[in-house]
Amino acid sequence: MAEGSKASSKVALDPTDLYDTRSMLSDDERMVQDSVARFTDERVLPIIGPCFDEGRFPAELIPEIAELGLLGSSLPTEYGCAGLNAVSYGLICQELERGDSGIRSFVSVQSSLCMYPIYAFGSEEQRQRFLPGMAKGEIIGCFGLTEPHGGSDPGSMKTHAKRDGDDWIINGAKMWITNGGLAHVAIVWAMTEDGIQGFLVERGMKGFVTKDIHRKMSLRASVTSELYFDDVRVPDANRLPNVRGLKGPLSCLTQARYGITWGPIGAAIACYTEVLENTKTRMLFGKPLAATQTVQRRLAEMARRITTAQLLSMQLGRLKDAGTMQPSQVSLAKWNNCRMAIDIARDARDLLGGAGITTEYCPIRHQLNLESVITYEGTETVHELVIGREVTGLNAF
Amino acid sequence: MKILVALKRVVDYQVRVQVKPDGSGVAIDGVKMSINPFDEIALEEALRIRDAGKAEEVIAVTIGPQQAMQQLDSGLAMGANRGILVKTDKAIQPLTAARVLAQLVEKEQPGLVLLGKQAIDDDCNQTPQMLAALLDRPQATFASKVEIDGQSATVTREVDAGLETLSVDLPAVISTDLRLNTPRFIKLPDIMKAKSKPREVIELDSLGVESGDHLSYTRYEPPAQRQKGEMVADVPALVAALQAKGLI
Ligand SMILES: Cc1cc2nc3c(=O)[nH]c(=O)nc-3n(C[C@H](O)[C@H](O)[C@H](O)COP(=O)(O)OP(=O)(O)OC[C@H]3O[C@@H](n4cnc5c(N)ncnc54)[C@H](O)[C@@H]3O)c2cc1C
Repeated sequence: MAEGSKASSKVALDPTDLYDTRSMLSDDERMVQDSVARFTDERVLPIIGPCFDEGRFPAELIPEIAELGLLGSSLPTEYGCAGLNAVSYGLICQELERGDSGIRSFVSVQSSLCMYPIYAFGSEEQRQRFLPGMAKGEIIGCFGLTEPHGGSDPGSMKTHAKRDGDDWIINGAKMWITNGGLAHVAIVWAMTEDGIQGFLVERGMKGFVTKDIHRKMSLRASVTSELYFDDVRVPDANRLPNVRGLKGPLSCLTQARYGITWGPIGAAIACYTEVLENTKTRMLFGKPLAATQTVQRRLAEMARRITTAQLLSMQLGRLKDAGTMQPSQVSLAKWNNCRMAIDIARDARDLLGGAGITTEYCPIRHQLNLESVITYEGTETVHELVIGREVTGLNAF
Repeated sequence: MKILVALKRVVDYQVRVQVKPDGSGVAIDGVKMSINPFDEIALEEALRIRDAGKAEEVIAVTIGPQQAMQQLDSGLAMGANRGILVKTDKAIQPLTAARVLAQLVEKEQPGLVLLGKQAIDDDCNQTPQMLAALLDRPQATFASKVEIDGQSATVTREVDAGLETLSVDLPAVISTDLRLNTPRFIKLPDIMKAKSKPREVIELDSLGVESGDHLSYTRYEPPAQRQKGEMVADVPALVAALQAKGLI
């Protein structure tokens, strides 16, 4: 009884932030979170259910997303970007994914997978040419790494580029490419005589076509496409000069995965908040559903796992801002937080009963979306094997 | 023309406010705080007037603890040119706020003071009117539309009978209502840019304003729990139920 009586004499905690992680944020970071949260509440949530139902990416939001400064937010202001820190980027991902994983995916791809490599590996001329337009949302990018025969093993890629005078000739295909059909420029990773290199393949280059993938049950409010390259002639000026080998694409993935550790926290909070409200007000057997022990255990489990994920991402962000973050640390959080969110979404769906199977409620939409989020940017197994290798020193891939 | 805008730090409107267990007030530790929404509307209006070329400078003022600098930061990121924090750890009542603002008006000589009609924490709805009285300047309260025409402002107010239109000579005090505008989103690059904007901190005590409390709060209580409703089958049953309760 001691716990019960104590609890009644103090102020209740915020159920979505039991460890007050918000107090770990700077004033600027809080302002970032609040601004993006308002965008999600006012612009994303009112339209996202129907977008998902119709399988439509709300491209009409792009100008506003850009104007808010969400594209390439960590890159320097001289390229028209916001110059924010890593924790701010994480908060952007979290608040966007509280709306929908598809919207967050759009921003992740544009920022971490497209703008980042142009900034990190591109020439100054390439940076000037692409980054300001990409920050404005006028140039959309996509990132082509995965191929049809096996995404978990990108080193075995078949897409290749052959030197031809001042140009390169690219042949091959990429699969499951977010933003592919929207993109004005594709960052394409291809095998060359000198190992894997990155190329900026532009819409309209002869032999380059994209085809959107339909019949998806996940990330329906996001464009996913196949890219085909049939003797595409690309000038050497469109090759990223400053990186060779798998570490090029992998370092982009580390950036994006870092953001993805935050995103699912948003999705989980959305599901948990909805089911908390619902079970507290739904009367069954003469009392609120939330007054039963098994339901409380399930809600408590959600709270515990959200709290754990928040602390993981917060510390990861601090390490990233300090410049000491290791890729395997990102793997641990990507694995933990995606698993946390998909489990919560599935359980929230169940707790809503029949109502939970419609997109009137958010859990089934988040659950389906998270099937992609747990798969892309390294499947759960891949991240487990990264941690396995980290702790044993033995490669089990 | 300069425009002075007052911003109050309040518990965010989305927070479910909790009364402290001892009834001495409302819990604000670890609670999300924001600019009073009516003040945010006032700031938005000031920025629009400035951006239409009818004012040169928007000065945001807040009276509160050091943490109220967060709200000033937000105001500067929204677009105010500079900020003034009048620092005090005491809870400020309307007359004191009006006196502080009056002093700043004497110093800054703005052509217009814009502020929310009330703050969502104490709902007093007094500061703008008191400020106008202290300054002996025209006031237009509950503005739902503001037009600046040279030396005067045309203000539409929402009143019970409909809309009322006033013309006030400038300088004046205008308090803002909810439907005046929708405040802009804070753009993330502007958060960084606002860092270089001037911020002045003035200790409230240094102003020499009389700041004694005129009201004393005796006790806070949460609103009574809503009683469980009763379902009625049809309209006659509803009428009967209302009659039984003596409501019609
Ligand atoms: C919606 C969506 C968007 C995407 N967007 C992009 C994008 O923008 N750009 C891009 O390049 N890619 C993108 N991808 C691709 C994504 O990264 C891949 O789907 C992912 O890496 C997995 O590759 P795969 O689908 O070929 O599966 P596979 O690699 O074939 O994996 C199949 C299964 O085998 C398991 N597995 C793999 N290796 C091992 C092992 N050694 N031991 C045990 N199990 C193993 C995996 O965990 C998985 O369960 C996207 C995918 C989706 C679904």
